[in-house]
Amino acid sequence: MKRFADLHLRVPLKDPSKAESMIRKASELGYSLVGIPLSPHATREQISQLRQICSDAKVDFATRVNFSPRTPNELLQSLRRFRRKFEIVSVRCHTKDVARQAAKDRRVDLLQFSVTSLRIRFFDEAEAELASQALSSLEIELAPILQLTSFSRVRLLSRLRREVATAERFKVPITISSGATEELFMRGPRDYAALTTLFDLPISSALDALSKTPFVTVERNRKKLSPDYVAPGIHVVGSKTGD
Amino acid sequence: MIKREKKRYLALKVVSEQPLNEQTVLDAIQASVHRLFGEYGASQANLKTIKYIPEKRQFVIRCSHRMLEKVRAAIASTIEVNGEKATIHVLGVSGTLKALSKKT
Repeated sequence: MKRFADLHLRVPLKDPSKAESMIRKASELGYSLVGIPLSPHATREQISQLRQICSDAKVDFATRVNFSPRTPNELLQSLRRFRRKFEIVSVRCHTKDVARQAAKDRRVDLLQFSVTSLRIRFFDEAEAELASQALSSLEIELAPILQLTSFSRVRLLSRLRREVATAERFKVPITISSGATEELFMRGPRDYAALTTLFDLPISSALDALSKTPFVTVERNRKKLSPDYVAPGIHVVGSKTGD
Repeated sequence: MIKREKKRYLALKVVSEQPLNEQTVLDAIQASVHRLFGEYGASQANLKTIKYIPEKRQFVIRCSHRMLEKVRAAIASTIEVNGEKATIHVLGVSGTLKALSKKT
């Protein structure tokens, strides 16, 4: 049976009861992994509290951080400081320079672009080529498609159609996530897959974007964050202490 | 010879604060199909309510199998029914009512 992941469940961290109900809902809808965005300065208590809620709801929890840097240098600084603290790193690209830097940096997992200002969506051929050589994937959130109405939704769908075609041409992985801030915008994985047909993503690719791609990302990062990891392809298999 | 059109049955669950009747839910789905795919798409969808279980807030609707993913997309994009916030989840899809009742 296919396992599904929602890597961007924006639960309100200040309201534990609402957070709990959203996590339970995700589990009911058929997700086995949720990524919850945290502040870069999130405390261990906050993380362990969320981990406990997720374990009670029988859903795996991945820590996530969203960066919105203004310059490439700011992005590099944030990655240097916080990369090893989180399992998923997402970069919301507001400028072209940041987008290019994020696409070529192997520490970035997800590339996010604005859904309201389409002029600052920089996912073009050059961006896709850089992303295809690194490890980042294009993240598409579906809550804005539910929230937007009339012409703004039409424009977003049209842009997404173009970006999905570019990503497929350059073999950039696509990750579909909810981006839901409340239960009203949460849907089951197969419903999200059906929604992606609105921008011509085939159902099989959509299901991969909800299951295979996010799991590969999280498992790769968990390996990297484990104390046994040395370098790509090298990890400690056992150790012996001397007398 | 005219080929018989295949159908798909969808079991739906409506989540809303107030109970909603079957016609309002079907109207909301129809409106959503119309909004996303226009009159041509709505005419191809061939939507019909089959069963309504008010105590569980569950519905069974029928649509053309060619339009299944589009109808599903329209159902998923519904966030309002009759002016009230509501979500419609698809519990299962099948080609026969018997198989659908086993699934849900």
